[in-house]
Amino acid sequence: MAQLPSYKDRNFIAIIGDEDSVTGLLLAGIGHVNGPKKNFLVVDNKTPISKIENTFVEFTSRKDIAIVLINQHVADDIRHLVDDHDQAFPTVLEIPSKDHPYGIIIRFIYIFLFV
Amino acid sequence: MSGTGARLNIFPTRMALTTMKTKLKGAQTGHSLLKRKSEALTKRFRSIVQKIDEAKRKMGKVMQTASFSLAEVTYIAGDISYQVQESVKSAQFRVRTKQENVSGVMLPTFESYLEGGNAFELTGLGRGGQQVQKSKETYIKAVEALVELASLQTAFVILDEVIKVTNRRVNAIEHVIIPKIENTIKYVISELDEQDREEFFRLKKVQGKKKKDQQIAEKERQVKAGESGTNIILL
Repeated sequence: MAQLPSYKDRNFIAIIGDEDSVTGLLLAGIGHVNGPKKNFLVVDNKTPISKIENTFVEFTSRKDIAIVLINQHVADDIRHLVDDHDQAFPTVLEIPSKDHPYGIIIRFIYIFLFV
Repeated sequence: MSGTGARLNIFPTRMALTTMKTKLKGAQTGHSLLKRKSEALTKRFRSIVQKIDEAKRKMGKVMQTASFSLAEVTYIAGDISYQVQESVKSAQFRVRTKQENVSGVMLPTFESYLEGGNAFELTGLGRGGQQVQKSKETYIKAVEALVELASLQTAFVILDEVIKVTNRRVNAIEHVIIPKIENTIKYVISELDEQDREEFFRLKKVQGKKKKDQQIAEKERQVKAGESGTNIILL
């Protein structure tokens, strides 16, 4: 397939989420800082949507990220971008957060019905 | 009827008929092969969907445990989030991609590995170091579950795409290519029959003409013979 060479050097996991999720995952050791480029973003009530959007676009277009983790309630804020992302790489994975437990996985049911 | 439906534009000869028959056979073999491929992929797809469902449930639980352990840390060691975010340098937990071959489709799977030292050795040095370590381990487990889920999801996306393409091909062969070739074969056969009939008719016509000519010649001869006969009698 066409993307064969492109995913060989994808090593990192990126995370967009609330403070607790990001802290926990960074504690697990997924954080990678290269100069001004970080692979995580902490979202709180004051974070503007445009910043989340820009970060999401940046993460999905970077060539060294294999998986983008995003809190489900954050993903809901930028639903149009998340739904538009149809590439296999990087994989976008919605994860539950402490304050927002997993809702019904509407997206999956939606895909499943139309296959 | 031969004129109906789309057909390939060829000259109706016996040679073309043979070629078309070979093509039809090829198309049928290809169709059955592709159909089997699509079935195998669909089977795989279903098992992946099931696995994703399981993994999502598991992940929900694991993440809950992990958040809880982080809450413990916060309780004992205070808020470490700022400290953790600032001390991040190089990723310790990384993934690498491997490929798995499912009936000719390369499905990537992520595999996690640890690289480099622990960046948070000093976190919680004052108090709660044990809790920090415990929380770290829990979160590593959680991330492993996430990585597994991510590889399943990638496989899901790729398989979905491939199945769609394969099904499109199967349908194209079944509903466009095979009927087209069949139509062509019918057309060639009917044209050849037509030629045969024409040939037969022509032969008949030639034969009839020859017969007529013969009869006329016979008659003339008889007439001539008759004339000479009367002459003899007259003499």
